[in-house]
Amino acid sequence: MAKPASVIEMAARKVVALAGNPNVGKTCIFNNLTGARQHVGNWPGVTVEKKEGYFVYNGEKVRVVDLPGIYSLGAYSEDEVVARNYLLSGDAGVVINIIDASNLERNLYLTVQMLEMGTNVVAALNMVDEAEVRGIKVNTDKLARILGIPVVPTVAPKKRGMAELVAAAMQETMKSREPLKILYGKEVEEELAKLEALIDKHPMLTAKLSSRWLAVKLLEGDDYALRQVGKDILQQREESIRRIEENSGQDAESLIVEGRYGFIAGIVEETVTRRKTPEERLTLSDKIDKIVTHRVLGIPIFLAAMWAVFQFTFTLGDPLIGYVETFFEWLGGLAGAWITNEVLASLVVDGIIGGVGSVLVFIPPIFLLFLAISFLEDSGYMARAAYVTDRFMHTLGLHGKSFIPLLIGFGCNVPAVMATRTLENKRDRIITLLITPFMSCAARLPVYVLFVGAFFAQREGLVIFSLYLLGIVIAILMGMLFKTLFFKGEQAPFVMELPPYRMPTLKGTLIHMWERGYSFIRKAGTIIFGVVVLIWLLSNIPFGVPVEQSLIGRLGQLMTPIFAPCGFGTWEAAVALSFGILAKEAVVGTLGVVYGVGEEGLATAITQYFTPLSAYAFMAMTLLYIPCVAVIGAIKRETNWKWAGFAVGYTLAIGWIVAFLIYQGGKLLGLG
Amino acid sequence: MAVLPLGFLAPGRVATVKDIIGGRNLRCRLTELGFVAGAKVRVFQNQPCGPVIVSLGDGRVAIGRGTAQKIMVEELSAS
Repeated sequence: MAKPASVIEMAARKVVALAGNPNVGKTCIFNNLTGARQHVGNWPGVTVEKKEGYFVYNGEKVRVVDLPGIYSLGAYSEDEVVARNYLLSGDAGVVINIIDASNLERNLYLTVQMLEMGTNVVAALNMVDEAEVRGIKVNTDKLARILGIPVVPTVAPKKRGMAELVAAAMQETMKSREPLKILYGKEVEEELAKLEALIDKHPMLTAKLSSRWLAVKLLEGDDYALRQVGKDILQQREESIRRIEENSGQDAESLIVEGRYGFIAGIVEETVTRRKTPEERLTLSDKIDKIVTHRVLGIPIFLAAMWAVFQFTFTLGDPLIGYVETFFEWLGGLAGAWITNEVLASLVVDGIIGGVGSVLVFIPPIFLLFLAISFLEDSGYMARAAYVTDRFMHTLGLHGKSFIPLLIGFGCNVPAVMATRTLENKRDRIITLLITPFMSCAARLPVYVLFVGAFFAQREGLVIFSLYLLGIVIAILMGMLFKTLFFKGEQAPFVMELPPYRMPTLKGTLIHMWERGYSFIRKAGTIIFGVVVLIWLLSNIPFGVPVEQSLIGRLGQLMTPIFAPCGFGTWEAAVALSFGILAKEAVVGTLGVVYGVGEEGLATAITQYFTPLSAYAFMAMTLLYIPCVAVIGAIKRETNWKWAGFAVGYTLAIGWIVAFLIYQGGKLLGLG
Repeated sequence: MAVLPLGFLAPGRVATVKDIIGGRNLRCRLTELGFVAGAKVRVFQNQPCGPVIVSLGDGRVAIGRGTAQKIMVEELSAS
């Protein structure tokens, strides 16, 4: 082609995939290779994130696909299924397998599985410096010789070995390699031979898969393999599994996994020299762990860490919120002056800029919270926090891992919902998703501040704290309820790797923060925008009338009797709660508008409409009822409309019941 | 030496994995992580309740108490 095309427009013909265990520095290598040229999307049909980028090698554009971090190519989690399907699709010409040099045994399991599939693999032996500090030396040449693939030592944060890695990968790409053959012992091999012979009679199968690989996978009971073959092979499989169990006294699957580990143990023996055996060695990480996971000290340390995160987020974030508010006021003023049409001006200024702005003011604290959480994650502490909280989470029928999303929920429920992705088990994910909205996020605070200031002047701190506690208690009760109601008996094993402590790199932590924060902004741009316009329409039809005569005002009047038993049966309260679905802090602004006093006179105005008791019931309602639009959108994205709808309905019911109990109970006790 | 559940070992003990008792899913998950027969583990943390922390190869793994009771091990030595 004579047509000159810039490298960016060029289609990438070569594709490199990155694969490896979690916590091996895969993301760091991905960032090194692709720089800022990356794109985050989703794998089709699942919520597993798909990251792609590209680099240029010898004037040729190469696409890089980052596979999720996995331990094995089984079908245990969505991540594993995604990775395996991708590798089977043959899209990637070569896979860069990132291996933690200080934990060869575990990491090679994935490597060996890929080699058995016949995938072109280049191994990046990462963090060799860290391994050497820990007294572990790997003979790279020998490892390469035994595995039959290039092995490149790397230190990702220092960008060491990157050029060699790329060169090796480019040389391997598109090669056709014989699948690795591991001998699984006499009993298994006999049956494998029978299965292979049978598979070889089906050219349709052997055209795309190696018969040996398929046979091994069949004995392992792999879903994908089972779906590929016909009745004759399945029959032979049943027979083979029975025979293996008869002859060896062990099931086929265990024998195969053990065989693989045996093969790996041999490799480790040959290539790794250690100063001490792994069981004797006590690393710095272990010493830190002794204190951090201590049965007495663990919890205070954990609480101190969480306190630091919140101090960091809110002391730095609060002044920044002011700047963002000023920016949107300025923008609104500017737009208002420009647009002469009254209706359009109202839509743009009050509706779009005001509405989207009220959500985007939370960007500073959200980004700061993500920065702090990314730091804790990258340093390795998050896994310990999950360990420390596991005991408590067990009462909810959840694991310590679910604690992280709930914690994030105190900042903002949206990223909290997104963080449930790290949970392997669907049941854990859904329970966590459903109780996350009860974590009192930063947006509810302005509502508390207003009401507590007006009604509970001497006991502000205590009352606000009681609301946070109320949210937690409701979450616990609901967690226990869902556990017994929907998911009886299902319990996933809790197994979690504790990565060694590391000093996070600034770049890595910032990228991590940006990825999460950006998905929040993206959401604010789509779902929230739509709802903002809808609510503006409702409150402005017919145009020009006071709010109480608009559609939403009338709707509010209709809802009044519903809220009367809770102590706030006024149309103003109903309208404020409707706007609160948009963003919880909008409750304050709406009350200001409907009482016609603005935010300044609001504290005095509400004393005419609420008693301390009904004010408390109203705050409880604000905390518990329907999560904001952004959260509903996030829940839908992580699950489906059914669960999102359920979350809306049941939180509304809980909010109403709790507010009712508080108000009526209080009245019975003579508080009203 | 007796075979006992991993959850019963005190911190500092070293043992080899003998067997995993439990459903296919659990066995599959644990063996793939490296809890295969013959693998050596050292207990780092074992409190009356809460997960157990053990070494597995050069890595450290936290295992839920219930899961730890299903990993049968043979104690090697006291150190």
